[in-house]
Amino acid sequence: MSISKTEKNTLLVEITGELDHHTATKIRTKIDNAISKDYKNIIFDFSALTFMDSSGIGMIMGRYKKILKYDGKMTIVSPKPQVKRILEISGLMNIVTLETSINKALKRM
Amino acid sequence: MENRFDMEFIGISENESLARAITSAFAAMLDPTVEELSELKTAVSEAVTNAIVHAYPYEPGTVGLSGKINGNTVYITVTDSGIGISDIDKAREPLYTGKPEEERSGLGFSIMESFCDRIEVMSALGEGTMVTLVKSFGSLKGES
Repeated sequence: MSISKTEKNTLLVEITGELDHHTATKIRTKIDNAISKDYKNIIFDFSALTFMDSSGIGMIMGRYKKILKYDGKMTIVSPKPQVKRILEISGLMNIVTLETSINKALKRM
Repeated sequence: MENRFDMEFIGISENESLARAITSAFAAMLDPTVEELSELKTAVSEAVTNAIVHAYPYEPGTVGLSGKINGNTVYITVTDSGIGISDIDKAREPLYTGKPEEERSGLGFSIMESFCDRIEVMSALGEGTMVTLVKSFGSLKGES
């Protein structure tokens, strides 16, 4: 995974491989260390994420609650079908937007 | 076809991906679609994660993973010898989690149910839990 600070108070978080309970625990801490009032928006780039289960949902929801304190926004870019289905089942699509590219996601911020 | 496997591993989170990989390789023998296989893989991940997160609160215990193929149906059973579930109906409710402080989404059983044809859960306090996932592949659904 990688986290980079970009324009519009946004953290770009690229998660590759599999997002399960094991990897979510590690990723959670890294993102929390990067969130601040200057970096209150999150774009998750899921284009190279090959698998996610409900532990990923827990991780995303937890980060959403954190940025909400700073009035931040969250967008998920290019989830694969399996990941998209878990997002849909979870109800997360009601609070998080989906985009097809990082540029489009940045325009929303 | 008929086939089966039976294994156990230590209930540490590193082994969640191991359980998924073994289940995928086993079920792939039935030539499922990409979607069917990813559904089963996700359901197994939920069952195994439950065993690792909830069954052993003090130190990692043993998690069992076994599989059976009968015709075009695969049965995957995840067992633990942990604390057990006191109220299975409650545990299966969408969004319920026994560990709200750990950012669990409470969707594990909901995902297992929607991604499998059926699931069976048996549990005894202090003895452990057994979850069986049943899924048939292909257009000719149904257990044989």
